[in-house]
Amino acid sequence: MLIIKELHAAVGDKPILKGINLTVRAGEVHAIMGPNGSGKSTLSNVLAGRENMTVTAGSVQYLGQDLLAMEVEERARAGVFLAFQYPVEIPGVGNVYLLKAALNAQRKHRGLPELDAMEFLALVKDKMKLMEMSESMLYRAVNEGFSGGEKKRNEILQMAVLEPTLSILDETDSGLDIDALKIVANGVNSLRHPERAMILVTHYQRLLEVITPDFVHVLAGGRIVRSGGPELAHELEKQGYAWLGSEAPEGKSSAT
Amino acid sequence: MSDTSSTLEDIISQEYQHGFETAVEADTLPRGLSEETVRMISAKKNEPEFLLEWRLAAYRRWLEMSPPQWASVHHPPIDYQDIIYYSAPKSQKDGPKSLEEVDPELLKTYEKLGIPLHERAILAGVAVDAVFDSVSVATTFKDKLAEHGIIFCSFSEAVQHHPELVRQYLGTVVPVQDNFYAALNSAVFSDGSFVYIPPGVRCPMELSTYFRINAKNTGQFERTLIIADQGAYVSYLEGCTAPMRDENQLHAAVVELVALENAQIKYSTVQNWYPGDKEGRGGIYNFVTKRGDCRGAHSKISWTQVETGSAITWKYPSVILRGDHAVGEFYSVALTNHRQQADTGTKMIHMGKNTRSTIISKGISAGYGQQAYRGLVRIARAASGARNYTQCDSLLLGDRCAAHTFPYIEVKNASAKVEHEASTSRIGEDQLFFCRQRGLSMEDAVSMIVNGFCKEVFKELPMEFAVEAQKLLGVSLEGSVG
Repeated sequence: MLIIKELHAAVGDKPILKGINLTVRAGEVHAIMGPNGSGKSTLSNVLAGRENMTVTAGSVQYLGQDLLAMEVEERARAGVFLAFQYPVEIPGVGNVYLLKAALNAQRKHRGLPELDAMEFLALVKDKMKLMEMSESMLYRAVNEGFSGGEKKRNEILQMAVLEPTLSILDETDSGLDIDALKIVANGVNSLRHPERAMILVTHYQRLLEVITPDFVHVLAGGRIVRSGGPELAHELEKQGYAWLGSEAPEGKSSAT
Repeated sequence: MSDTSSTLEDIISQEYQHGFETAVEADTLPRGLSEETVRMISAKKNEPEFLLEWRLAAYRRWLEMSPPQWASVHHPPIDYQDIIYYSAPKSQKDGPKSLEEVDPELLKTYEKLGIPLHERAILAGVAVDAVFDSVSVATTFKDKLAEHGIIFCSFSEAVQHHPELVRQYLGTVVPVQDNFYAALNSAVFSDGSFVYIPPGVRCPMELSTYFRINAKNTGQFERTLIIADQGAYVSYLEGCTAPMRDENQLHAAVVELVALENAQIKYSTVQNWYPGDKEGRGGIYNFVTKRGDCRGAHSKISWTQVETGSAITWKYPSVILRGDHAVGEFYSVALTNHRQQADTGTKMIHMGKNTRSTIISKGISAGYGQQAYRGLVRIARAASGARNYTQCDSLLLGDRCAAHTFPYIEVKNASAKVEHEASTSRIGEDQLFFCRQRGLSMEDAVSMIVNGFCKEVFKELPMEFAVEAQKLLGVSLEGSVG
């Protein structure tokens, strides 16, 4: 589904990703772990198409298409979803309105009929139960005045409604208490599907206790330095990231 | 598309059917303004003596006045001797002969706004007979209003049939010498609307210029007078979301509202005059004086405006809070794109005790748009317990536009409470990225964020107007980002 080859990217003049290779197949869940500043969020944002990131070398194929050549919204409509580390507030725009507009934009792109208000509400209320969210959140402005946990749950709600083919969760676990973490994990687990794939970007192992990945990759200094199964996460939990310094490529210390 | 064009054909041929090629009596005064022009306008309209005298007095005052220089708008000086001050009914030769002669960009906009085809022609200034069914609509409408004793007619009709009301109220809110453009309007005003709601009557429907057939071609110097007698209520809608073309570049309208004891007037405007092309050529100068007088105790006047059109807007709908416990409100969304300039805001003059006013102003600038909010809150010595709340937000799209805020606050009574909040923000890259990541196009994302920004104002608009206004903002902002 996703083939990343020798991907280099910079933020401003500063190179952050220095040759990422990663292949994700349908049905798989990949966890990308690494210390702060290793390039985890940059990778997520490059895949979603954020404009202040410059790809300097390498390629990304998504379902046979050149992902890097696509506009942000084209990627989204093709099923690439990014759950934001810091969800954005949009004053005055109702949550329900954004969700409906987004879903219908994607359905339209796929040649499906747009859902009317009634059909949409039925769908979204169903998904909200899953996320244990109160309906009142539908009518509040997008993320405005939401707590940290509510914002993250709201991201997963959007994911549940849009049913993306490839979901990238950027530090979705950060700032969540244990109860909220479980709810989010339930939501994510319910979306696992043989035809969909997920990339979980996280600093901590605790997310991986509630969502079991098929593969774990360790990112350091802009490169994947180790890959393995779920057991790698446990190893990291015990040893921390400090030992990576010696394994980091080209002898560079971990990027800041 | 073939369907559309055949309808188009129908309209064009209809023109001819109705004999529109037969010469309409040319009834146009020569260019220029003199006492003689004023007399001729008054005579053509068969006006009573008092009105002629009033016009002449205004004209004489105007001669001594000069255009205001304080607004932050820029345009070449206007040659007032190069304007035709009276032309009625409008000759067919002035406008485009058919939709095919109309700026295709304008037509595209109509299409996006979902304006029915027959209305597009009217709005574009194509000479089409009668506003189709609205003759009958207007008639039934009038009968219904008459049952309640409501007078809703053109200003000219009011002068003929209700001269005593016109005489009693005209110029009592905006005196002829108020400002340069108001004086000019008072001297040469062409036509406009007149509304009188008798005591205790709640007007059963929204009054709209759109339904008033003779609102057409009221010309560049429109005059509107609305009176809500004791305990009366009226909601008045002005304008149209579709961009309207006009041959006249200068528009100087005057609107006067009078609310007597316990009366309420809600005045909503969607102004979308032709803003000119992307370089600002050919746009309308909209220099308007709008003022409401809360003359009686417990009266209330609300202005809600959505301003997206005109090359230059100079407009400050105001409320004089004369009666005790009177309430004044001003809700405004102003958008400037391309080369548009707007200097707009309000004045709240608190004179009565315990008077309250609210000002919510949302300014959006895109392209090279220039925008100023200019607001005055004045609390007179006698206005004990007066309160004002002002919130003034600006949203910038791109880095070539500008927003300015000029709040003036004068408080002469120590018990008054005046609050002013202002903010300026750029539309967030993060917000746009987020919306696009969810699958929305750039334009839809901008339109959604801007509509969210304006929500507090839109919720004051009557329902159907609010929906149209949202659509309008989206269309007006097209091409402003990216």
